Amino acid sequence: MDSKTTNRKGDVWVFVEAVQGRIAEVSLELLGKGRELADTLGVPLAAMLIGRGVEGLCRALFSHGADKVYLSEHDMLSRYETHAYTAAAVGLIRRYSPQVVVYGATSMGRDLAPRIASTLRAGLTADCTDLEIGDHEEPVSREVHKDLLLQIRPAFGGNIIATIVNPWGWPQMATVREGVMKMPESNGSREGEIVRFSPELSAQDAIVRVVEEVPAERRVNLKAARVIVAGGAGVGSRDNFKLVFDLANVLGAEVGASRAAVDKGYIDKGHQVGQTGTTVRPALYIALGISGQVQHRAGMSDAARILAVNSDPNAPIFSIAHYGITGDINEVVPMMIRAIRKRV
Amino acid sequence: MPYDIVVLAKQVPDTKRVTGDAMKEDGTVNRAALPAIFNPEDLYALELAIEVKERFGGSVTCLTMGPVSAAEVLREALYRGADRVALITDRRAAASDTLATSYILSCAVTHAAPYDIVCCGRQAIDGDTAQVGPQLAQKLSIPQVTYVSDVEEIAGSLIRVRRHTDYGMQVVEAPLPALLTVTDKAPEPRYPAMKRVMKYKKAMSPAEAEARGLPSPMGDMLIETWDLDTIGADIERCGMAGSPTKVKRIQSIVLTGSGYHEVQPTQEGIEGLVHELIEDHTIG
Ligand SMILES: Cc1cc2nc3c(=O)[nH]c(=O)nc-3n(C[C@H](O)[C@H](O)[C@H](O)COP(=O)(O)OP(=O)(O)OC[C@H]3O[C@@H](n4cnc5c(N)ncnc54)[C@H](O)[C@@H]3O)c2cc1C
Ligand SMILES: Cc1cc2nc3c(=O)[nH]c(=O)nc-3n(C[C@H](O)[C@H](O)[C@H](O)COP(=O)(O)OP(=O)(O)OC[C@H]3O[C@@H](n4cnc5c(N)ncnc54)[C@H](O)[C@@H]3O)c2cc1C
Repeated sequence: MDSKTTNRKGDVWVFVEAVQGRIAEVSLELLGKGRELADTLGVPLAAMLIGRGVEGLCRALFSHGADKVYLSEHDMLSRYETHAYTAAAVGLIRRYSPQVVVYGATSMGRDLAPRIASTLRAGLTADCTDLEIGDHEEPVSREVHKDLLLQIRPAFGGNIIATIVNPWGWPQMATVREGVMKMPESNGSREGEIVRFSPELSAQDAIVRVVEEVPAERRVNLKAARVIVAGGAGVGSRDNFKLVFDLANVLGAEVGASRAAVDKGYIDKGHQVGQTGTTVRPALYIALGISGQVQHRAGMSDAARILAVNSDPNAPIFSIAHYGITGDINEVVPMMIRAIRKRV
Repeated sequence: MPYDIVVLAKQVPDTKRVTGDAMKEDGTVNRAALPAIFNPEDLYALELAIEVKERFGGSVTCLTMGPVSAAEVLREALYRGADRVALITDRRAAASDTLATSYILSCAVTHAAPYDIVCCGRQAIDGDTAQVGPQLAQKLSIPQVTYVSDVEEIAGSLIRVRRHTDYGMQVVEAPLPALLTVTDKAPEPRYPAMKRVMKYKKAMSPAEAEARGLPSPMGDMLIETWDLDTIGADIERCGMAGSPTKVKRIQSIVLTGSGYHEVQPTQEGIEGLVHELIEDHTIG
C-alpha cells in the first residue's frame, strides 16, 4: 500500500493483545471505542488477532463488538516476538487496507506499533486518551480533509493535550492508554466473520529469543493509573472505604490511600501513596478525607489535576488542589457517582 | 571483543518544571522559559553504553538532532565518557514527526557506522511518544529490544539483556547489530569526570565558535555538525514533507496552583465539575 493513499472504505481495526490465551482488557475497551468510530464512518469493525491456537478467542471479540476477526496464525507466533508479529501485522494491513488501526498503549503495543508504522511509513500517534472522527482544515492550503481520526493525547509530561491527525500516511494508527475507554458490555449472541490469513514468515522474523522469564505478580497498578481515587483517615472505617471503591469503579480508576488509612487497617499497604508509598502522576487525583501532609503530597503533587474533598476548609491538601470541595465525603461522593453515571 | 556503540540523545525542555510562566497566551508551551536538559532516560542509555565499552572495549559515539544549542548535550556526553559526538542540525528537519525523525536518525547512524549496538532512551519527556527507538531499529533493519535495564552478557555477536514489561522481567538474546531502548531501571548514570570536564568544556561546534568570534575548533575539540546532505537524507522524507502526523490543536492543562477552583458541595456544583473534567478529556 502506498503510504500517501487513503482508503476511505477501509475497516476500523483493533489489535488484540493476547497472552497465554487471555485477551488484555485494553483490547476489549478498544473494541468499545472502535465500534463508535466504525459506526460514525459507516464501516465494519474488525479485530486483528495474531498468535497460535487463538481462534477460540474470536467469540469474545465478537461479543464485545467486532464484526470480523482477521486471524493470522503460525507456529512462530506462539508467543509475542516483535519482529514476527510485525511481519504478520504488516502482511494483514497490506492485504486488507484498513483506514484505522488502534493498539493498547501497553508495553507490547508501544513495542509493536512503531515498528509496524515505520515499515508501512504510516503515521502513529502515541498514548491517546481519546479518539474522535472529525474534519481537518490544512492551515495554509485550506484544504479540508473530511472524517479523519482525531487523536487526542497528553504530551510534554502531561502539561498539554494535543490533537493529532494524519491526512495521509494511512492507515491512521494510534496507541491508546489502558483504562480510559469504557469496557463495552458483552453480548454473547453477537456473531461475526473470521477471515483467515497465513502470514509469510521466515526464521529471521523471530530473532529475539527469551531465555528467562519472571512473571510480574498482579499488584495494584497505581503508577499506570490515569485516574486515582484515594481515601484517608477521614473515610472513617474499613467498611466505609467502599465509597472510595465505588467512585473508583465508575471512573475506571485505581484506589490509593494515605498512610493513616493504611495504618488504621482500612486498606492494604499496596495502595499507599506518598513518601513511603508509591509516587504517582495521574491525570486526575481525587483525595477524599486526606489532610495532605507533606509526606503524602510528596507522592502525588505531580498529578496533572487534583480534586480534594475535605470537611476542613483549612486542610493543607487544598493548597495544592486545582478543585476543592469543602464537605463531608459521605454526602459528596454519592453526588459525584450520580453525576458521573448521569453522563453515561 | 570490542563493540562500537552509537547513543542517541535528545535535548529536551525540563517538563517537570512547567509552571504558569512557561505557558504562552495561546496555551502553547514557551520552551525558551524552561531549562534545556539531557533527556533523562538518554543518560541511562549513555551510561549503559559506557559500561559496555568498559567491560568489552570499543567506542561510544553520541549523536543528537536539534538546534545548534543542542551541542550542550554532546559536551555533556563527552564529560561522561563518549569518544566521539556529532550534531545533526538542519532547518529542513524542523517539524519532523517520529517517522521523519527516525528516518533522519537512521541516516545519521549509518553515516557514523560501523556500529554493533545502538542505544536510545525509552522515551523523551517532551514528545513523550517512545516511538523513535523502535522506528529507528526498523529503518536500520536491525532487531530491537525495548525496556532494557541491564546488559548481562555479550559473546561474539549475541547480546543478552534484561528487560521489564507489563508481564514481568525477561532475559532475552538478540543477534548484533541490535538497538536497545533503555529505561531508568538501568544502572544510575555516573557524574561527569572532572578531568574530562576540564578537557572538553572548550569543545564546540563550528557555529558556536563563530558566534563567539573564535577560530574553528579542531581535533578533539571539534563537535562535528552534519546537515541532511552530509548524511545523505532524502529531503522528501524529512521535516513537514516526511511527516504524516500533524498537530492540529494544543491545549494547555497547566494550572498555576495558586488558588483552587471552589466547587459547591451540591448536585449542580458537582455536575458542573464532572462536565468540565469530561470536556477536557481528564475523565472519559
Ligand atoms: C504535542 C506534540 C505531540 C506529538 N505527538 C506525536 C505523535 O503522537 N506521533 C508522532 O509521530 N510524533 C509526534 N510528535 C512529534 C515528536 O515529538 C517528534 O517527532 C520528536 O522529534 C520525537 O519524538 P519524541 O520526542 O516523542 O521521542 P521519543 O520517541 O519518546 O524518543 C525516544 C528516544 O529516541 C531518541 N531520540 C528522539 N529524538 C531524538 C533526537 N532529536 N536526537 C537524538 N535522539 C533522539 C532518544 O534516545 C529518545 O530517548 C508530537 C510533537 C508534539 C509537539
Ligand atoms: C517518615 C514518615 C513517612 C510518611 N510517609 C507517608 C506516606 O508515604 N504517605 C502518607 O499518606 N503519609 C505518610 N506519612 C504520614 C503523614 O505524615 C500523615 O500522618 C498522613 O498522611 C495523614 O493521613 P490522612 O491525611 O489520611 O489523615 P489525617 O491527617 O488524620 O487527615 C484526615 C482528614 O480527613 C478529614 N475528614 C475527616 N472526616 C471527614 C469527612 N467525613 N469528610 C471529609 N473529610 C473528612 C479531616 O478534616 C482531615 O483533614 C509519613 C509520616 C512520616 C513521619
